[in-house]
Amino acid sequence: MRITVNGESIGLEDRYTVLDLIERYHLADQPCAVEINRQLVPKAHHREHRLTEGDEVEIVTLVGGG
Amino acid sequence: MRYTESAVRIVDELQRYHRQILLPDIGESGQRRLLQSHALIVGGGALGTMIADALARAGVGTLSIVDRDTVELTNLQRQVLYDEDDVAQMIPKAEAAKNKLARINSQVVVHGHVDDFSARNAERYVEGVDVILDGLDNFETRYLLNDVAVKHGLPYVYGGAVGTTGMSFLVLPHPQCRAETGRSLVRWSAAQSTPCLRCVFPEAPPPGASPTCDTAGVLGAAVAIIAAHQCAQAIKLLTGNLDKVDRSLLSIDVWLNQQRTLDISGARDSDDCPCCVRGDWAYLQGRAGGAVTTLCGRDAVQITPGPDGSQPKRLDLAAMAAKLSPHGSFTQNAYLMHGRFSNERSANGEPVELTLFPDGRAIIKGTDDLGTARSIYAKYIGA
Repeated sequence: MRITVNGESIGLEDRYTVLDLIERYHLADQPCAVEINRQLVPKAHHREHRLTEGDEVEIVTLVGGG
Repeated sequence: MRYTESAVRIVDELQRYHRQILLPDIGESGQRRLLQSHALIVGGGALGTMIADALARAGVGTLSIVDRDTVELTNLQRQVLYDEDDVAQMIPKAEAAKNKLARINSQVVVHGHVDDFSARNAERYVEGVDVILDGLDNFETRYLLNDVAVKHGLPYVYGGAVGTTGMSFLVLPHPQCRAETGRSLVRWSAAQSTPCLRCVFPEAPPPGASPTCDTAGVLGAAVAIIAAHQCAQAIKLLTGNLDKVDRSLLSIDVWLNQQRTLDISGARDSDDCPCCVRGDWAYLQGRAGGAVTTLCGRDAVQITPGPDGSQPKRLDLAAMAAKLSPHGSFTQNAYLMHGRFSNERSANGEPVELTLFPDGRAIIKGTDDLGTARSIYAKYIGA
């Protein structure tokens, strides 16, 4: 399937979860907020939430400096 | 028409805010509300100085700034309230900021606190404030700030910036968990509340996992956008324009020309937030976050990362040594990384030494001051 992550189109195998996607981008140890089709997916659901064809995903990580 | 003496004084008092009073949503009444307001700015770095500068000019009547560091040369690239004299005289940031702000707007009362904002003093600093603005440089203290804001029912404007990126969002804590009656002049209902930091990001990252301004660099322009967004939310709150505040999360990269706004309104409903649903203020109660202890007689401080955060992570010591190489000479073996900073000196002029263990524990030698050690840890390792 194809989805969009932060504006970039990528191809993924089926049964990919939000957590799989976070790991693919090496963000597993970062606090991430994930929005799919303009809807926030809480962290507690990252493990079971499956991505589907055409999903538009935004991933942002918490920024600590200042 | 004859004016009384006090009327003339009041006209003069508001004159400098004329261009702001022209804005229909602010007007004279909004300006008077600003002058009666008290904003707490935690951290006097790039974010903190830009926020303090803007709020003092806007006429927020009382500003409190808490910061534990002194002004350094590398701060001047982006920390707008400081100058070369402050560096030469090693002025504490909170004092330097206060002095500069007094020259910018003498109508504003500025309290400069040279202190390490921590669980020990957080509740004292939020007493009597109307809004809290985040100018911090580390995650741990932000989670503490979120705890104290929720407990006291105070608006908290989160902001963070590193590299060319930044993020900001407003926390209007749900009244469900309020344990103290804050006297903030900002009032909101349960329906108007927003998710807290832990609703959106339940756990702080483990030490060393995230870039810091001292290791990854930072562009002043990225910080400026975030500070401006924070100030805009604070001014809307303080002037009674609650309906105009931004309820989404702003994430920007000024280099890649990317701007994202995330709708976080659903984050609280669906999650059992430890902070604003269960009222478990682990950071404020000292059960999360790290332990910092002086190692007696050794002119050293030990920092032990807290139990909170994700599963225990093993730091990559070789990567950490490489990351720190611009700041001194560091080597590692299988058990620890050790080295000396070229730009951090002890009171007697010796280089400060750092020993870092894979579990994130660090011994910082060359100081017995807990705040100084926490500052070095936050800058170079990231907490």
